[in-house]
Amino acid sequence: MTRTVPVLLLVAAAMLAASPFMIDAAPPEVTMGLVQKIFYVHLPSAMIFMVSSVICGVASALYLMGGRSPKADRTSVAAAELAIVFGLITLVTGPLWGRKAWGVWWVWDARLTSTLVMWLLYWSFTLLRRFGGPGSETLSAGVGLFGMALVPFVYWSVNVWRTLHPLTSVVPRLPASMGIPLWWSVVAFMCLFAALFLLRTRVEKLRTDLDAALADADE
Amino acid sequence: MIGILRSAWLIAEKDLKVESRSRELVYTTLFFAVTAVLIFAFSFVQEDSSIPAGSASGILWVTLTFSGTIALTRTFEREREHDTLRGLLLSPVERPAVYLGKLMAVLLLLAGVELVLVPLTGLFFQAPLGRAPWLLFALLATGTLGFASVGTLFAAMLVRARSRDVLLPVVLFPIIVPVIIAGVRGTNALFTPETDVAVARMWLAMLVSFDAVFLSLALWTCGPLLGE
Repeated sequence: MTRTVPVLLLVAAAMLAASPFMIDAAPPEVTMGLVQKIFYVHLPSAMIFMVSSVICGVASALYLMGGRSPKADRTSVAAAELAIVFGLITLVTGPLWGRKAWGVWWVWDARLTSTLVMWLLYWSFTLLRRFGGPGSETLSAGVGLFGMALVPFVYWSVNVWRTLHPLTSVVPRLPASMGIPLWWSVVAFMCLFAALFLLRTRVEKLRTDLDAALADADE
Repeated sequence: MIGILRSAWLIAEKDLKVESRSRELVYTTLFFAVTAVLIFAFSFVQEDSSIPAGSASGILWVTLTFSGTIALTRTFEREREHDTLRGLLLSPVERPAVYLGKLMAVLLLLAGVELVLVPLTGLFFQAPLGRAPWLLFALLATGTLGFASVGTLFAAMLVRARSRDVLLPVVLFPIIVPVIIAGVRGTNALFTPETDVAVARMWLAMLVSFDAVFLSLALWTCGPLLGE
């Protein structure tokens, strides 16, 4: 693990450094023109937001059902915090794009609303962890588990309004000139995510080890 | 199953008996709800005393959510002050029975608040309550159940946590977003001049499925979540 993180970080840095040139070389989108380029950042961060929320939900369920393993707890904490980070990137780049494409910063569309609600949920997970005091591991695992069950409900209930957001089914049908820079960005973001995730779980392990050592020393 | 329901009812009966002696929760929650409605009236009703379309259903559900949160915090604060939740959890009943008992007591309390709050909203904001009374009742009942089923579990979990008063809304509000959307939209479909029963039915179906999923999830997880 000590060697994986620097390697992943190096790969991510190199790919992210190269990605502006690839995005620049990609053809401009017909109707939206230059603003569409933000898509090469928006979609990868949204994908990672989803990946980390699934990791957090599964780890929370495993923690609750499978005998409180510290590893599952660390995984859920790291995933929730990274969901906040990548969710923030998604929620910042989305309105920037929407302002030009739709003419408004924000619409209460299904995808936007469900992303916002899920993002708030990972905030409540993290706030609970930070300020809940002893025993908050179980509480936040409950939030993670309920949050996973919540996704279809939020999505369905806001979907009944109206949907402006482009469907993700366009992604596999992208021409190669746009698809290659997109997947390049996705892989770069994935490497960054993996490196941050490994680092965060390690920090959490050191923190719990220190707490345990302190408790031992006090006795 | 019958045993669990019987013990749950005993726990709910205990809570109601405690409440009937002091009436602290009913009075304070009701008063809070009434003042909240007043604040909404001052902020929404226009100078020519016209009421913006759709505000009645919104005000009703926002007030319910806020006063419900206060009631939830207070119900469990009472258990904590006298350290009685430990006794309850140590008693030879299943965890789901403790959860269900608490849930029943909270539901009955909120039903009492709604009994005043709903006519008051109708009176202040000219909401046509009598147009489809059974559908309105069903929306309120399923919405309150959805709110309380998640709220009771998290309030019980937070009893031992630090800064629990702020953490309950922090945790609860994102989770009950679908309940609020469905409740407000469904009630609004009944309150608009051309009542849309089909839309209200659709939101009712959504509330019923939310209740089913989250109630079973709460019953399933209340063992590990309420602690050993």
